[in-house]
Amino acid sequence: MSQPFAKLPAWADYGLLPLINLIVAFFVAGLVVLLVGESPVDAAILMVKGAFGSGDGVGYTLYYATNFIFTGLCVAVAFHCGLFNIGGEGQAYIGGLGVALVGLGLGSALPWWLAFPLAIVASALVGALWALIPAWLQAKRGSHVVITTIMFNFIAASIMVYLLVGPLKPLGSQAPETRVFGEGGQLPGLGWLLNLVGLNMRSAPLNISFLLALLAAFLVWVLIWRTKLGYEIRTMGFSPKAARYAGISELRIIIITMMISGALAGMMALNPIMGAQHRVQLDFVAGAGFVGIAVALMGRSHPAGIVLAAILFGMLYQGGAEIAFDMPNISRDMIVIIQGLVILFAGALEHMFRPSLQRIFQRIGRGKRGTAPAVVAGGGQ
Amino acid sequence: MAEPAIELVGIDKRFGAVHANRDIHLRVEKGTIHGIIGENGAGKSTLMSILYGFYQADSGDIRINGTMASIPDPNAAIALGIGMVHQHFMLVENFTVLENVMLGVEGAPLLKNGIAKARAELKRLEREYQLDVDPDALIEELPVGLQQRVEILKALYRGAEILVLDEPTGVLTPPEADHLFRILEQLKDQGKTIILITHKLREIMAVTDNVSVMRQGAMVATRKTEETTVEELAELMVGRRVLLRVQKGEAKPAEIKLSVENLTVRDSRGVVMVENASFTVRGGEIVGIAGVAGNGQSQLIETIAGIRTAVSGRVLLDGQVIDITGAADPGELRDRGLAHVPEDRHHMGLVLAFEEYENSILGYHDDPLYLNGPFLDLDAIQADARKKIEKYDIRPSDPRLKTANFSGGNQQKIVLAREMERDPGVLIIGQPTRGVDVGAIEFIHKRIIEMRDAGKAVLLVSVELDEIRSLSDRILVMFAGRIVGERDSDASEGELGLLMAGVEQQEAAE
Repeated sequence: MSQPFAKLPAWADYGLLPLINLIVAFFVAGLVVLLVGESPVDAAILMVKGAFGSGDGVGYTLYYATNFIFTGLCVAVAFHCGLFNIGGEGQAYIGGLGVALVGLGLGSALPWWLAFPLAIVASALVGALWALIPAWLQAKRGSHVVITTIMFNFIAASIMVYLLVGPLKPLGSQAPETRVFGEGGQLPGLGWLLNLVGLNMRSAPLNISFLLALLAAFLVWVLIWRTKLGYEIRTMGFSPKAARYAGISELRIIIITMMISGALAGMMALNPIMGAQHRVQLDFVAGAGFVGIAVALMGRSHPAGIVLAAILFGMLYQGGAEIAFDMPNISRDMIVIIQGLVILFAGALEHMFRPSLQRIFQRIGRGKRGTAPAVVAGGGQ
Repeated sequence: MAEPAIELVGIDKRFGAVHANRDIHLRVEKGTIHGIIGENGAGKSTLMSILYGFYQADSGDIRINGTMASIPDPNAAIALGIGMVHQHFMLVENFTVLENVMLGVEGAPLLKNGIAKARAELKRLEREYQLDVDPDALIEELPVGLQQRVEILKALYRGAEILVLDEPTGVLTPPEADHLFRILEQLKDQGKTIILITHKLREIMAVTDNVSVMRQGAMVATRKTEETTVEELAELMVGRRVLLRVQKGEAKPAEIKLSVENLTVRDSRGVVMVENASFTVRGGEIVGIAGVAGNGQSQLIETIAGIRTAVSGRVLLDGQVIDITGAADPGELRDRGLAHVPEDRHHMGLVLAFEEYENSILGYHDDPLYLNGPFLDLDAIQADARKKIEKYDIRPSDPRLKTANFSGGNQQKIVLAREMERDPGVLIIGQPTRGVDVGAIEFIHKRIIEMRDAGKAVLLVSVELDEIRSLSDRILVMFAGRIVGERDSDASEGELGLLMAGVEQQEAAE
């Protein structure tokens, strides 16, 4: 029984296992759909069609995915350092202030291609500063980031409510939001991109922050696996003792990592604010910060995995809305249940099928000993 | 003769490549105190964990009071009347004594009746064994000595006839330890059987009736305490192993490279780990620190390497002060020519989840040689790793293999290659051959001698006395945080063994 498990080949670890988790999640979700008297097969078709079957479906799916890529990267970068930043929600929310600063202040004065870089810097900076306080508390005082970041989510929400019903609200308006940004505060859509593959995006809000998200994913990959800083972050994440031995300052690495993490969350604000609504609305993050945790878990903290997982969750959001619209028995809450099941199986129960899969691979490995030497995983992860 | 309380027959246990217990035979008579002595890592705790049901033996039998017993878990051990007092207490700090004692044996879902019964039983036990302790005191407010008494009460409350105490005096002050021994005598008089695990010879001589010595997983001897001597036990414990003879010429000590003056180190709880240690290491010599594990050697070298902070004292590297009481940084010390092969290669010297080449730069990742601006120069790093793999014959010779998949000896070579190839002026090595196969040991020893002959100052810490004796030019012995003696490399094993057991020091104190 205490025999160590064979190590899974990479394709099984990164491909097969998430796929099995996903299939089980959809299977259980199907049972729920069956329980409320609808056909799971019809629902599934409706979901996929709603998400990918039309130009605006794709546009919405990728629009949601953009949010989740940013928040997923935010969680993943901290993970690599052994930190669990669940404050992406608040860091993104407060990051909206950076976008607002540029959008409201310079939106009418600058063209979008000048305002956009400024807004990127501003949103990243505000998000990073919001993560700095929990990071400092962790590094200096040992206050756990899980606790402090989640508390900072509430503080961020309170500050934003105060600002949006007070100082940032135009006089005479009844809605808790800022005024609409000028021309320069509005990002161009990506309709042309979809046109290339023969799709018409119509009113879907997909915009160039999607490309920024892909670029961010690539840069995170470079940071983690190709730079000295990433090396130090991973050393700290795997073994704080080894980091101490190597002369890596824990204080410095925790603070830098959390600020990068917060900056990525802060940039998420660009997509809904500058890309879609062209103003800051109450609760524009809408839970994307928390979905980011599931995305990072499912994507195994690797940027490529995160992009794929983000698109999957984008599909659930967009396709789910279509189901709720077309199937009267399935309400908006049912969709939340289905999304919850995916998070449960793909994220939280990530390791449920691992032991049995490892046993199967071990048996296969033993069957053809010699061709595939069974490598023993020392310690595991 | 009556049936023995415990009889272990041919107990064998392996953890992967480590043979923790080899064919152990042990007989513990009823109503006696039986000591088990041996160095850290000799397999004492593994053996007791098998007896208490934490581990299952790979083979062998356990007989309790003459009957064959199977002990799949601690509950089975308790049912057989075996109680265990762990080295680290298993108490709920913010519960009262009474609540801790009845934890797990509450008797009913509602506590009301259980508490009354437990209180009565506890009173009886306290009277019978004179183990006074206030049942309503909170654990966190009790001194360690009393907390340990609660652990003993817990075992007795569960009906223990056989008590196993694992290094019980490690956390106690000498008066508390003496008090504990009086309690053990009383328990013995009441007919209980006691197994005392320790690596302190004084305790064995003070309280036990019989003593068994373990070394490297094997039970090497059992003696009646009154018929043995401290000298004999020390020798049995340290062992006369086949000396791996190392070819080495005369040392040519040169200028002082490393100088330690009045160094005192405390751990996070404030316990003194190194006390007023002073010594020097010259270029071209190997200074070995001998001692039973846990006597401050680890803290000493970690402090010199900048990983731990000292309370007071001075350390000079090449005549320049190292800020050991403040901001000494391992990275800065590396730049100043101090290399460190840490004792704990799994958690400190290596990141096991990394690929081999990533570990080949750990600590030296700031070197421009490995960098292109802020980016890692993977080609340069991997080429460098390949060179080291070849020179140190690291197998398999694949810099892209995950470090956890290398054997212990090869992992150690990865660390040695990294530290030695930097051509440091001072090399600190902790446990160079722990968990390393014989072939690699020879290789590693040769490298260490080569470093010496190249004029480097080498400070060597090892719990293997043979290793210390065959490599060192001078030997320092540490006991209880102090350097208790310095000897030449031709000092006898027995002499060093006594120093390591702190015998001379106690005699001087008495």
